[in-house]
Amino acid sequence: MVKMILKRFLQTIPTLLIVVTITFCLTRMLPGDPAVAILGVEASAEDIAAMRAEMNLDKSLPEQYMLYLQGLVQGDFGYSYSYREDVLPLVLARIPNTLSLTLVALVFATIVGTTVGIVAAIKQNTLFDYFFMVLALIGVSMPIFWMALMLVLQFSVRMGLLPVMGMGDIKNGIGDVISHLLLPGFCLATTPMATFARTTRSSMIETLSSDYIRCLRARGVREWKVIGMHGLKNALPPLVTVLGLQLAHTFTGAIITEGIFSWPGMGTMINTAINNRDYSLIQGTVLFSAIMFVFCNMLVDVAYMLLNPKVKGA
Amino acid sequence: MPERKTQDVLGREANMAMLRQERKANNAWNKLKRNRTAVIGFFIVCVMVLLAVFAPVLAPYDPNAINPIIPYKGIGFEGHLLGTDDLGRDILSRILYGARVSLVVAVGATIVGATLGVLIGLLAGYFGGWLDVVFMRFMDGMFSFPFILLAMILITVLGNGIWNVILAIGIANVPSFARVTRGQVIIVKEEEYCNACRVVGVSDLRLLFAHILPNCVSQIIVYATLRVASAIISEASLSFLGLGIALPTASWGSILRIGRDCLTTAPHVAGTAGLFILITVIGFNLLGDGIRDVLDPKMKQ
Amino acid sequence: MNGNDVILKVEGLKTYFYQASGVTKAVDGVSFTLKQGSTMGIVGESGSGKSVTSSSVMRLMPSKTAKIVEGSITFDGVDLLKLSNKDLLKFRGDECCMIFQNPMTSLDPVFKIGHQMVEMIREHQNISKKEAWDRAVEALKLVGIPEAEKRMEAYPHELSGGMCQRVIIAMAVCGHPKLIIADEPTTALDVTVQAQVLELLKELQDRLHTAILLITHNLGVVWQMCDTVMVMYAGNTVEYADTKTLYQEPMHPYTWGLLDSMPKLSSSSKEALTTIPGTPPDLRLTGRCCNFYNRCPYVKDICRQSVPPLVEIKPGHFVACHRQNGQNRLIRGEVNAHEEYEE
Repeated sequence: MVKMILKRFLQTIPTLLIVVTITFCLTRMLPGDPAVAILGVEASAEDIAAMRAEMNLDKSLPEQYMLYLQGLVQGDFGYSYSYREDVLPLVLARIPNTLSLTLVALVFATIVGTTVGIVAAIKQNTLFDYFFMVLALIGVSMPIFWMALMLVLQFSVRMGLLPVMGMGDIKNGIGDVISHLLLPGFCLATTPMATFARTTRSSMIETLSSDYIRCLRARGVREWKVIGMHGLKNALPPLVTVLGLQLAHTFTGAIITEGIFSWPGMGTMINTAINNRDYSLIQGTVLFSAIMFVFCNMLVDVAYMLLNPKVKGA
Repeated sequence: MPERKTQDVLGREANMAMLRQERKANNAWNKLKRNRTAVIGFFIVCVMVLLAVFAPVLAPYDPNAINPIIPYKGIGFEGHLLGTDDLGRDILSRILYGARVSLVVAVGATIVGATLGVLIGLLAGYFGGWLDVVFMRFMDGMFSFPFILLAMILITVLGNGIWNVILAIGIANVPSFARVTRGQVIIVKEEEYCNACRVVGVSDLRLLFAHILPNCVSQIIVYATLRVASAIISEASLSFLGLGIALPTASWGSILRIGRDCLTTAPHVAGTAGLFILITVIGFNLLGDGIRDVLDPKMKQ
Repeated sequence: MNGNDVILKVEGLKTYFYQASGVTKAVDGVSFTLKQGSTMGIVGESGSGKSVTSSSVMRLMPSKTAKIVEGSITFDGVDLLKLSNKDLLKFRGDECCMIFQNPMTSLDPVFKIGHQMVEMIREHQNISKKEAWDRAVEALKLVGIPEAEKRMEAYPHELSGGMCQRVIIAMAVCGHPKLIIADEPTTALDVTVQAQVLELLKELQDRLHTAILLITHNLGVVWQMCDTVMVMYAGNTVEYADTKTLYQEPMHPYTWGLLDSMPKLSSSSKEALTTIPGTPPDLRLTGRCCNFYNRCPYVKDICRQSVPPLVEIKPGHFVACHRQNGQNRLIRGEVNAHEEYEE
């Protein structure tokens, strides 16, 4: 078991290497000279040349790549010229904000989504089932940024109930934090919640129709145990897969949602970085989000192994 | 003795009727017609496509005609059914023309993604070995980037414009198509008929494209339909961030972008465009779900 | 304990499936009684309603469309059809156990054997986990599972089919079973394992004085195990007698067909096995006449006109056939049906 987890862990290394390479290639392909972007168009040719040398842009691509890799290993992610700060602390300062937002959204989505899915599966083809499945369909089809705009319009602009921008400060009380979290959190939670509800429902229906569930009933096991323990545990693997994918999706959603709510997280920074052609910062943020994904993916696979006794025994 | 139809006669008649019905019912197309989900989805998609195709006929105004006298007018203002935007352009006309761009981009991007992804998936799944490892590791790497982020960077690299947006979303779509196809190929290639083909000396390429691919197509179609739905959202997101279709060209995302800036003064701009996106995406999702239910015998009731 | 006590009495049981395409009469009027400690076999081809009969006894329908529309099921003096869900839980698994066809899919794959056994024991008996565990180990030993303690920690997929079936039988033994319903318990197993499982059932029956309702399509199993036999065809009882009578003087043409289609050790390889021509009727259309008439070589006009009642032609021997219900009894093998076909 430990061996398998270790093996899965080692498998992430080539993936990470490819991620780094793709990031490097893409950023080098971005149009415009970053040196010009930093110094401005009026800068003299000498200044630009000096800046290019400082950024190692005058070297050949393979050389740049090697230098970049070297830096990464030493924890050097480059220097952001638009923020005038090292990339690593910049990113590290923002990650908690994004993580707290996405995690709150995901936990909320998981609890609500799976509950609705389970009840819908038990009450298959009833009004409850139809109502929530239509709702879930709308949920997965929803352009989140549009929903965010509409929610802001309704709750912040028209009703004045919730703040539009930024993150709450714990100094102003827990209410401030929650009220700031409510709208962006709900927006981010919509898609995963709907996806969970749909996946849970279909997985539960399939599980509940299997032989061993009928046998459990024949053995006189109480219904809540049949559904809550045996049904749920067997229906879990597809849910774990979806959870892994939704982790990534939620992060994607955060890039746009954060922008709308001016949430000081990675998403906002990525936007700024791309708009400013800030090479190092793009590289850093993109790399970090990819690493987070690879890591989440690994966790999902490990959870999968733990859940499935057939894999565990092998 | 009263003439009673025996069970036998009744049974024979019922059997004939049933056979006829079954033959009809087993036809995939007929199944699709009976699937409520698919029909509703198909209807929505058709309406949207027709609106897009006949946009020049249906649109009451030139989508780019600026009329500075009447900016931000609400719904139903003097013949502007859905009002006007910041420059006094008719929103209905812009949405209709925007449908063309949004649908073309979404379908185009899915085709690009599917073509490349399916090809990679087929080769990786069929030949296996180092080819599989190299391809799929690369795909895993691409898959690790948040979808929108990858598309954003690709757009920045390629530049704005419809074709570049198609290419960017398409390329970002490749890994997921490759995964789906590869998984399917690995199942199909172990089937008896593939072994039979190999025994009689059918070449690898012929086997791959003439026998394996057709057996994966249904899965790919289902997936592609669902991907169109998310590509519509992706295009809108990109345009919304100012990275997709450049103004003044109308697309649903670019209308939303304008709508965001005037959210408080003219909420109908963002409201209407977003509603169109939502309905179209629901349509494609319904269609995809419906086709899957029809093709997947396990799901039928 | 009186050996003649009736443990299970089923009367006029009708279980129908309500589907969009019509009402399928899966079980259409079945009656039988089962005495304590005895074994009854239900035989018939697939789709004859034998499994639905046993599911009805457990009140555990395979699908939501199935409903018991008529009849009564009395278990140990209690009308099962009037039991509340709570009382049903007590009845299922404790007093009445069911063994299903496929042992490999009868156990939850993601829980260990021990967990599932303890869970079930504690559903019915108010004892601690430790006691339940010990009882489970004891039961496993009783059904002849080697290294019982070790098996408790195993997952179902780590055991063979025969082992899984033993575990399920062990679960049945954990309670106070008065009745074990075995729905084709050996069909999915290897031939050698089949014999072992049947032997085990018989042994437990002797020890615990349990009644067994054995559903099978294998007549060989019936001769080996059962005291009485019920032959079912298309949802009806066609013949019902004790095993010896049925073996020596079967009366219903369908039973004859069934017996003829059984491979015998004495028959030479050149002789083809006899089959019953035709197919069973559509269960949505039955109930107008004898269900077997279209496959019966002895068919007469009356067979097409009314449903034959189940008649006790000898004490304890019931047959549902028009041609056996009267003065001129049919003799097996007498093919006199030609004139009937010519009309």
